[in-house]
Amino acid sequence: MKRPVHRREAMAIPMAVYAALFVGVSLMYIIGLSFLTRGEGFTASPPVSPHNYERIASPIYLRSLLLSLRLAGLTALFCLLIGYPFAYFMAKARPKARTWILLLVIVPFWTNALIRIYGWKILFSASGPINQAILALGLVERPLKLLYTDFAVLVGMVYAMIPFMVLPVYSAAERLDWSVVEAARDLGANPIKAFFTVVVPMTMPGILAGLVLTFIPSIGLFFLSDLLGGSNTMLWGNMVHNELLKSRDLPFAAALSVVLLALTGLVILLYRKRGGSAETMVF
Amino acid sequence: MPVAERQALLSLRDLHKVFDTQEALSGVSLDVYEGEFLTLLGPSGCGKTTTLRIIAGLEMPSRGVVLLNGEDITSLPPEKRQVNTVFQNYALFPHMNVEKNIAYGLRMRGASRQEMKEATEKMLQLVQLEGYGKRQPSQLSGGQRQRVAIARSLVLSPRILLLDEPLGALDLQLRRQMQQELKRMQQSLGITFIYITHDQEEALGMSDRIALMRDGRFVQVGSPEALYEKPETAFAASFIGETNLLHGRAAAVRDDGVLMDVGGITLPADSDLWISLGDPLCLSIRAERLYMSAAPVKEPCQVSGILTESRYAGGERVCVIRLPDGQVLKSRHPTEGEVPCVVGDKVCLWWHQASAVIVRDDLEAAS
Repeated sequence: MKRPVHRREAMAIPMAVYAALFVGVSLMYIIGLSFLTRGEGFTASPPVSPHNYERIASPIYLRSLLLSLRLAGLTALFCLLIGYPFAYFMAKARPKARTWILLLVIVPFWTNALIRIYGWKILFSASGPINQAILALGLVERPLKLLYTDFAVLVGMVYAMIPFMVLPVYSAAERLDWSVVEAARDLGANPIKAFFTVVVPMTMPGILAGLVLTFIPSIGLFFLSDLLGGSNTMLWGNMVHNELLKSRDLPFAAALSVVLLALTGLVILLYRKRGGSAETMVF
Repeated sequence: MPVAERQALLSLRDLHKVFDTQEALSGVSLDVYEGEFLTLLGPSGCGKTTTLRIIAGLEMPSRGVVLLNGEDITSLPPEKRQVNTVFQNYALFPHMNVEKNIAYGLRMRGASRQEMKEATEKMLQLVQLEGYGKRQPSQLSGGQRQRVAIARSLVLSPRILLLDEPLGALDLQLRRQMQQELKRMQQSLGITFIYITHDQEEALGMSDRIALMRDGRFVQVGSPEALYEKPETAFAASFIGETNLLHGRAAAVRDDGVLMDVGGITLPADSDLWISLGDPLCLSIRAERLYMSAAPVKEPCQVSGILTESRYAGGERVCVIRLPDGQVLKSRHPTEGEVPCVVGDKVCLWWHQASAVIVRDDLEAAS
């Protein structure tokens, strides 16, 4: 059985080359870049020093980092609170209904994200449907400021990220052995207790995967806060974006990216440490 | 039997269950008594599991009532019933170790840590798994998982323990051993067991009573002896043990039985059934209750035919005899001191009148 194994390994070579070239080399390039100094125009040049990182360790950037982490955390949390029940009931639905519900999740996913965010802009605007509705109901006297707030950014993020929670939780819930839940009921657990003592722990791999998959991209998203957020909603992604395209400080933007990357790596490391079997891991 | 005088612990009254358009149960009624080992026996798809799930509260009957101790529990959720289930696939909690699995029911009842610890230890001892408390279910063999599942249910001292083909996944040797252990546990604890199996041998060996099911109905309910010796229908006779079904017509009807005409041979038979002259009859004779001789004997119950097969199987010999009208009988004879007959010989098969039973022919209806 030696030959097939060799062949299988050989088939991984293109992937390895691709990864080395487009991930490894560019990563090295960015890390190297982050230690350089801004040059004339859109360039970077020596001296080599960690001064970009020293600059990041200032209150403005730390504030942005905390804001980003908080928003990403909230996004992951709300994705869980909304996405879990959704995925759970989807897994419990009849197979035919399941397909349709799954389409409800996936179809918006195929639509351009920018277009969908513009949809939220219209919904949230002072004269938009939400304000019109609450004005008509007499709940408020003047239109609420919804757009360009942290709230709007959070809604947009949860909206954009929710499929990444629904899909892993669904796949965990779908594989769930329901007879184990029945056993819990049989042994005296009411539906709520059975849910928290059996269903939640058994779908934990899906929950963790969903949290990681929603949290990590949320730290780096920038166009959402650009379009829906106020001028002081400066998330980490916005920082990178601004330094790169507005200030045109290539090395500093690289340093910001490296910090983001390190953060992401840390989260994945934590996730891997939490354990779970190899087949339920997403990374 | 004193059984009939006791009050039923569990009563099923005319249970019906319809799934979509399929009727899984069509009128199931049964009384189960305290301390009894009752087996629901039947081919797969006969409604055994549905009946069990209705008793457990995991399924609602479309019609009918379930009474526990005279109290209507039909719409009571499973967690409020003093009935526990050992599931076919064990359904252990994969994220809890053996100890936590066993203590789960007590934890749901709000038992103290000390109580749980003591009860768990006692249970581990009962199912002979001392020292396995910290193992994960995935580290156990099938038989060990089975024991944990039993312990997990028994720790709650249920009024009734429901077991859904608990030994189905075990190999034969382990199966035999667990059969004895289960029976021993049931007797020492005095808990009522309702046991599902499709294995007639298992049912005969373990049960106080067997309820034979088919197509969502009970065919016959009674002791293993009653089902084996006095089957009421051809299905019951052929599902439990090995039997020969001789088809014929009623040639004469007498007070204590009938004279049956089987292809020109007249055979006397006992029967409690209401039979009219000319009715089609079906006579059940167990393979091991047939005697064979080379020459005709002075017995009223005998047929002759050609020996077409003779197979030595250690303690017994299995023979196949073809009657002149084409019907085939299978017989089993002890090999000790046997009189050898050669295949192709004309032989005579005879039996005691009391060992043959006239049964209702319900086999045609099924197919």
